Amino acid sequence: MHINNGTDPHAIGTKLPAPEARYDMVVVGAGPAGLTAALAGAGEGKSVLLVDENPIPGAAMGNDVPLLFGGRMTTATQNAERMLETVFMSEPMLEAAMDAGVEVLLGTSAWGVYRNGAGITGLPENVVALADKDRGWIVGYNELVLATGARDLAIGFPGWNQPGVMGAAALERLLAHYEAFAGKRILIVGSHNLALETALLARDKGVDVAGLVEVRSAPQGDAALAEAVRAAQIPFYLEDAPAEAIGGIDGVERVRLRSGAEIAVDTVVLAIGLVPSIELIDAMGGKRVLDGARGGYIPGDNDGVTCVGDCAGLADTGFDHVDYRMEWARELGKLSKGDTIVCQCEEVTRADLLGVQPPRYLERPAPMQARSLDTLIKDGPPNPDQIKRLTRAGMGVCQGRRCRDQVAMMLAMAADGPFGSVPLATHRAPVRPLPLRILADWEESEEMRAGWDVWFGIPTQWVPYRDIDTPREREHQTAIAEGWSL
Amino acid sequence: MTYVGMPTPKETPQETMAKIAGSAKGMKVVIVGGGVSGLSAGWWLARSGAEVTVLDKGIVGWEASGRNGGGASHYQSPLFEEEQRMWPHMDALLGYPTEHQQERLVIAVSPKQLNQYHYLAKMNNDMGYRVDLLDGDQVRSMVPLAGDNCLGGMHYRFGGHANPQRSVQAYAWALQDLGGRIYQHSPVTGFETVGGKVTAVHATSGRHECDAVVVAAGPQIQALMAKLGVEVPLAAARAEMIVTEPAPMMPIGGVDGNGLYGRQTLRGNLAYGGGPHEWLETFEAGPPARPSSPLTRNLARRVAELFPKAAHLNVIRSWAGIVENTPDGRPIIDRMKDPENVTVITMSGVGFGLSPASGHAVRDLVVDGACSFTDIAKISLSRFDGIGADWREQRGWQAPKAA
Ligand SMILES: Cc1cc2nc3c(=O)[nH]c(=O)nc-3n(C[C@H](O)[C@H](O)[C@H](O)COP(=O)(O)OP(=O)(O)OC[C@H]3O[C@@H](n4cnc5c(N)ncnc54)[C@H](O)[C@@H]3O)c2cc1C
Repeated sequence: MHINNGTDPHAIGTKLPAPEARYDMVVVGAGPAGLTAALAGAGEGKSVLLVDENPIPGAAMGNDVPLLFGGRMTTATQNAERMLETVFMSEPMLEAAMDAGVEVLLGTSAWGVYRNGAGITGLPENVVALADKDRGWIVGYNELVLATGARDLAIGFPGWNQPGVMGAAALERLLAHYEAFAGKRILIVGSHNLALETALLARDKGVDVAGLVEVRSAPQGDAALAEAVRAAQIPFYLEDAPAEAIGGIDGVERVRLRSGAEIAVDTVVLAIGLVPSIELIDAMGGKRVLDGARGGYIPGDNDGVTCVGDCAGLADTGFDHVDYRMEWARELGKLSKGDTIVCQCEEVTRADLLGVQPPRYLERPAPMQARSLDTLIKDGPPNPDQIKRLTRAGMGVCQGRRCRDQVAMMLAMAADGPFGSVPLATHRAPVRPLPLRILADWEESEEMRAGWDVWFGIPTQWVPYRDIDTPREREHQTAIAEGWSL
Repeated sequence: MTYVGMPTPKETPQETMAKIAGSAKGMKVVIVGGGVSGLSAGWWLARSGAEVTVLDKGIVGWEASGRNGGGASHYQSPLFEEEQRMWPHMDALLGYPTEHQQERLVIAVSPKQLNQYHYLAKMNNDMGYRVDLLDGDQVRSMVPLAGDNCLGGMHYRFGGHANPQRSVQAYAWALQDLGGRIYQHSPVTGFETVGGKVTAVHATSGRHECDAVVVAAGPQIQALMAKLGVEVPLAAARAEMIVTEPAPMMPIGGVDGNGLYGRQTLRGNLAYGGGPHEWLETFEAGPPARPSSPLTRNLARRVAELFPKAAHLNVIRSWAGIVENTPDGRPIIDRMKDPENVTVITMSGVGFGLSPASGHAVRDLVVDGACSFTDIAKISLSRFDGIGADWREQRGWQAPKAA
C-alpha cells in the first residue's frame, strides 16, 4: 500500500508499478533445497513460482558470474537450447515440481528484492525483480524462499588471473549439471569436505586429479572422505600451497608449489571454501550475521523471507571456515608479490590495494603516493566500500565476486583484526550484471513519464542568480517547468 | 586551463592562495560534517592558516557527497564562475586526483527536450556563458554511443564533471596535509555557548574548543542548528543512480539528456541518475538506510534511449543517496547573528560541483565576515524568516507517515 501522501508531482508517490503477477510463494533457486520448498508449497495448495538462473548465459559465465568458471567451460555452454535441456535433465525433481503445479522458470535470475522499510515507502508492495534473456519484470509474493546456494570463495596467488583457475562450485556445475568442463587434469586447493568431494566427483566424471594442496599439516575434512580420496590414489601435498600458476595462451599449464614441486595441470580448482549467496538478502537491506562454522556471513531473521539450503549457511560440522580461509589468505598473501592482481576486472594489484592507489589511468602525484592503507587506518577502521571507491577493487563487471572476500580478508589482516572487524562490502541490486535493454521498463506508466524530472522539479532552483527577484524570474520558472515531464 | 565559454578570471587560483595564506593564522575552526561542503571549507580555511578540525558521524563523503552524479555545471549559482575558475586547478592544488573533466553535452531524443535545451542554451548565452547548438549528426559525431533517435543537443563550452568519492578524499587528504584533523565516526552531539559564541563542540570523540564553527552536516543541519536556537528549513529526500560496465571512451564524458544527469567515468562506466525522488525525514542521527528501488528499471530505459549503442551494456550496480533541499532549492551560505561565530552551509542538492567555490565563500564568511568574490545576499538564511512550520506540506514535500 502506498502511504506517501505528498502532492509533489515529481516525487515517487505512486509511480512505481504494481507487480506483473503475484504468487503465494516465490522460490529463488531450483537446487534440492529450493525444489523441496516449492513442492511443499504446492502441496499446501499455494501458487508457487520457482525461478533458477541456470543455464547461465555464456557472457555471464565468461565474467565468472555467479561462480568462478575460470574460462574452463566448453563451447556447449554457448548453445542455450541444449543447455536448457541438459540442466532440466540433470535435476529430476524439476519435472516433479512442474507436475505438482509449480510454475518453473529456468534461465531466469532474481536480481533484486524490494520491500518498504527504512528509507523507502514508495513500493506498492514487496516484490522480487526477475530477468530472463529477453526482459526484466517484477512479481509480488506473500512468502519468499531464497535457496540461492553458495558461491566460490576466491583467494588470489601469482598467476591466478588466467584461464584455468576456477572454483569448486563452478566445477561441480560444469561437471554435474552442464556436462561442459573443458579441463583434463586438475589440482585442488584445500582439503576440507568441499575439496575432498570435489576430488571424488572429478574422478567419477573421468577427470584426472593430480592432487590436493593443503596449507595445514593434515587433511581437514571428514576422515572417511579423506580415506576415499587416498584410496583413489590421489596425493595430498600437505603444509604446502600454490606459489604460482604458470601458463600460456590457453591459460594454466602447470603449478609450482611453495615446496618447489611442479605439477602439470590445466586447471587449478580453488576449494578452500564456499560463501553462502546472500546477495539478495543484503541488497534488500536484510539482516545478516557472521557465523564462521556456517561459511561466513549468513542471513539473519528476516520477516517474510525464508532461507534454505546452503544460502542459509553451510552445514555446521564444528569446523571454522573463516579461520581456515584466513589461514589460506595469509599464506597465499605471503606467496604473492606486489604486482599480483587482486581485482581482475579492474586490474588492481596487491600493492595498489594496500597502497590505496588510484587506477593507472590517473596520475599519482607525490602526496598520493605517500598515502596507503596504513595512513587511512589512522582515520578509522578500514571499510571495503571506501577502499573500493578509491582503488576500484571490486567495482568491475563481476560485481566483486572474484575479489570481495579476499579484499575483506586483506583489510582485516592489515588492520590486525579478526575477519569480522571489517564490514561486509555492500551488495546492490541488480545482483547480477544485466544489460540496460533487459532491465529497462519499456512499459512504464503514464504517471511515471509525466512526473519524470532530471532532478527535483523545483523551478526556483534553476533561475540564474542575477534574475532572482526580477521580472525574468517568473519567465524562467515557467519555461523550465514546461520542459519537464518529457 | 580556463574555459572557452567563460569570462577570463581576474586572478589565478595560485594568486588567490598566496593572498589568503596566513590570513587566519591561529584561528581554531571546528567543522561539523565531512561532506564536500565541510571539507572544501576546511581546506580553504587550512590554506588560510587556520587550525581546522572536521568532525563526521561516519566516514568522509559517506552521504550525498560520495554518491552523486559528479556534475559540475551549475550556471544558475552565484558561485559558478568561481567554481569554473577553480576546478581545472584542483588536482594540482589538492595534490590528489579528482578526475575532473571539462565541458558538457546535453542531447535530446524528443522534440520537447530539444525545445527545453534550446531555451537553456539561450539563458546561458545571455549570461555570457557560451553554449553551441548541435544538430543530430553533430551529436552523433561527438557522442559515439548516441543513436538515430537523437534530434540534436547543445555543447556547454564550460562546466564538467569529476569523481565524487575521489574528490571528497582529495579534499580530506589535502586538509590533513595542511595540518587539519579529521575525526571520523564522531557525531557531534552539542555545543557550548558563551556570550553569543560557540566556544566548544561536543562529539563522541571529545570536546573540541573553537573560535569559529562551520555547520555543514547536510540534512542534519536542521537538528544541529535547532540546538543553537536557529531554525534551518531543510527536507531530505532519496535519489537514485545506476552504473554500467565500461563502454568505449567518448571524447566528452559529461553527456546528459533524456531526463538524466550523469557522466562516463574515466574508466568508461556510464553512471546516471534522474527521475522521482522520495521525501524523507531529516533524521537527526542520519539516514537509517539508503535503499534503491525498481526505479532502476526506468533509469535503465532512459540510459538505453540516450545511448542506443550502449543498450547491450550490463548494469552492475544501483545506489541511492540522501539529498538536502531548502524550500526554494537554493543554497544557504550564511554566517549567523547569534551565535555570531557560526556559519551554515547547505547546497540544496547541487553541492558537489560547486564545492571548490562554496568552500571559498565559507572561508570568507568565517575569516572576513563577507564573501569576497561574489554577492551571496540572496542565499542567506533570513529569506526563510517566518516560513511557518508547515512549509513542507505546502509544497507537497512531506515525508510519509508511519504506516
Ligand atoms: C544521487 C545524487 C546525485 C547528485 N548529483 C549531483 C551532481 O551531479 N552535481 C552536484 O553538484 N550535486 C549533486 N548531488 C548533490 C550533492 O551530492 C550534494 O549537494 C552535496 O554532496 C552536499 O554536500 P554536503 O557536504 O553539504 O552534505 P553531505 O554530503 O550530506 O555531508 C554532510 C556530512 O555531515 C555529516 N554529519 C551529519 N550529521 C552529523 C553530526 N551530528 N555530527 C557530525 N557529522 C555529521 C554526515 O555524515 C555527512 O558526511 C547529488 C546528490 C545525490 C544524492
